Amino acid sequence: MAEVATQKTYRLHLMVCAGTGCVSNHAFEIKTALEKEVKKHGLENEVTIVPTGCNGFCERGPILVVQPGNIFYQQLSVKDVPHLVEEHFLKGRPVAKLMYVPPAEKTPVPVLSDIPFFKKQVLIALRNRGLIDPEKVEEYVARDGYKALAKALFEMSPEAIISEITRSGLRGRGGAGFPTGLKWQLVRGAASSNGGGKYIVCNGDEGDPGAFMDRSILEADPHAVIEGMVIGAKAIGATAGYVYVRNEYPLAVARLGVALDQARSFGLLGRDILGSGFDFDIQIKRGAGAFVCGEETALIASVEGRLGEPRPRPPYPAQSGLWGKPTCINNVETWANVPVIIDRGGAWFAGIGTATSKGTKVFSLVGKINNTGLVEVPMGISLREIINDIGGGIPGGKAFKAVQTGGPSGGCIPKEQIDLPIDYESLAAAGSMMGSGGMVIMDEDTCMVDVARYFLSFTQDESCGKCTPCREGTKAMLDILTRITEGKGKEEDIVLLQDLATAIKDTALCGLGKTAPNPVLTTLRYFRDEYEAHIQRRKCPAHVCRQLNVYTIDPERCLEKGKGCDLCRRNCASDAISGQKGQAHAVLQEKCIKCGVCADVCAFGAVKVD
Amino acid sequence: MPKLTIDELAKMRDRTRRTMVPREGGEFRAKINVHMGTCGIAAGARGVMTALLEEVEKRSLQDVLLTSSGCAGLCSREPMMTVEMAGRAPVKYVNLDPAKAREVLDKHVLRGTVVREYALGVGSEKTDV
Repeated sequence: MAEVATQKTYRLHLMVCAGTGCVSNHAFEIKTALEKEVKKHGLENEVTIVPTGCNGFCERGPILVVQPGNIFYQQLSVKDVPHLVEEHFLKGRPVAKLMYVPPAEKTPVPVLSDIPFFKKQVLIALRNRGLIDPEKVEEYVARDGYKALAKALFEMSPEAIISEITRSGLRGRGGAGFPTGLKWQLVRGAASSNGGGKYIVCNGDEGDPGAFMDRSILEADPHAVIEGMVIGAKAIGATAGYVYVRNEYPLAVARLGVALDQARSFGLLGRDILGSGFDFDIQIKRGAGAFVCGEETALIASVEGRLGEPRPRPPYPAQSGLWGKPTCINNVETWANVPVIIDRGGAWFAGIGTATSKGTKVFSLVGKINNTGLVEVPMGISLREIINDIGGGIPGGKAFKAVQTGGPSGGCIPKEQIDLPIDYESLAAAGSMMGSGGMVIMDEDTCMVDVARYFLSFTQDESCGKCTPCREGTKAMLDILTRITEGKGKEEDIVLLQDLATAIKDTALCGLGKTAPNPVLTTLRYFRDEYEAHIQRRKCPAHVCRQLNVYTIDPERCLEKGKGCDLCRRNCASDAISGQKGQAHAVLQEKCIKCGVCADVCAFGAVKVD
Repeated sequence: MPKLTIDELAKMRDRTRRTMVPREGGEFRAKINVHMGTCGIAAGARGVMTALLEEVEKRSLQDVLLTSSGCAGLCSREPMMTVEMAGRAPVKYVNLDPAKAREVLDKHVLRGTVVREYALGVGSEKTDV
């Protein structure tokens, strides 16, 4: 039987972040050390230690938030624990040296809500962030969990649930932004052939490089997803549901499993839910991590035990999905929004965001950004606010260059559009897409041709090979991009890339292929000069494509600053440097293999890259 | 297996919510700050804290915040605590023991009457938490 949460009162609650990021930084060791020290001081009846889901500020993990008071401790290690427990938890003196100090400032910010990273965030999908133990259903319930379910089961008709979701303006958070209410209505209205039955599916196949929104939600608040799915099941008339999640997310799979067991044992899932007479159960289906399985028809094939390949649509899953039955597929974050909408009303949700994009969106902020982490922001917020205010800007004083949204299917948005509001239409107009919420920030040292080549190599690698445009087309595009980055680009390559991109977009079978050219198209649109520099001048302006670099040594600097230290010559693998200790050195261009080691080892800045 | 009904779900919510009050922030009726410097602990502040915690739990007080702080600088009068009712000047109590602390909680915090015989003075330091 599920463990019943203790009813004991504690004066201090130590909320230890136990999301995957912090766990990989030894959060569980820190938790064990806390337990040991708390016991050592006899504080175990006064202080409770609570593992929570992802706090969001992953850059600063491992994280501990002390309640009451919302005191934020960061970058903890096991050796900090004895001092922290004695000083703060026993003697009541918060430890300043373990607190967050914003970059370029000196004074620590003790309270979480005063930290700029958290200030502009609005939490709906992440409403329980850092406040509950995801493995205790009672704590989810205490924060109004399953209240919406009770309302949906006892007070609302399926039609009323669907119209509430429609009123909220919720759109799919997995990428395409299809109106959720409309999707539910289509599935509800679809006739089920051969014996009836409909299915609910939660798409947790998060494959974009650098994206971890779905993983974090499943780890931090699995009951939010379960509750959303049960409400959806009542609305469309489904009796069974599946959560499709990657096996490479072991913590998410484990916590979801615990949550499903608890929900079942308390009658929140399974037969006769809450005594309402409604039956619905959920199974976990683990995927092997193929990117294409995030595409709904490939996902369905994978759940059915077939090869994860897409098929042409129509028919859409709403008419013929899992085992040929009408199926409602929504993304993890979409499901997590549902209980709040039912509890607080569609009109409340629709009051947040823009005219066409309602509510909030969770983004994972990665790349060249000071505050790497997971953020939830209202729709309509500008890129500038996310990057500068929440993200804390670019590290090392570098300049912002572009942001990739929507993963390999999305596009690069240049710095000129930093005031772009984040909503489905604005992102699409800029040539990118909302996607599931990956946001990769790039600085001035990034080569946009290389970025396009990277994303193409990803999609080419992940292409299932079923349709020719995607299988052959992405390969051809990748070959051209590789050629350009190696300094072998041809004058006609840009036109060829554009032609291939258009052809693939028009003819590929599924979303993976249709969107694969987007990174190339957007970089061509906004950074055409970089392509031209590579092709016409054989130069990589960001000096990333090493084959295009020319290394030279400034003889004066080498002699004056470095006294001809000879380190470059000794490290050169191709004997391409002349000179000896005490003399000015020089690069022999005909021998140079452009590995860049001389520039890496020179401590005096004498090696120039052009 | 305890299958919940809709009423039991509401009961579970209320029961668990009480234990999670310290996480939620918000306003408190009173803050009780037990001084936990080395001097305070040596004089028995831990016993005072334990007694207060037991009372808070026993009476299901959701709006009384228990906290600790360092030495208040009057080591000879420890154990000490500061009671701060919302909107009122804080009151410091000295030479406490568990029984006196329970009495202060009952009379001052719950009924609003300052226990003058244990009080040091009114209107000294405030606590942040």
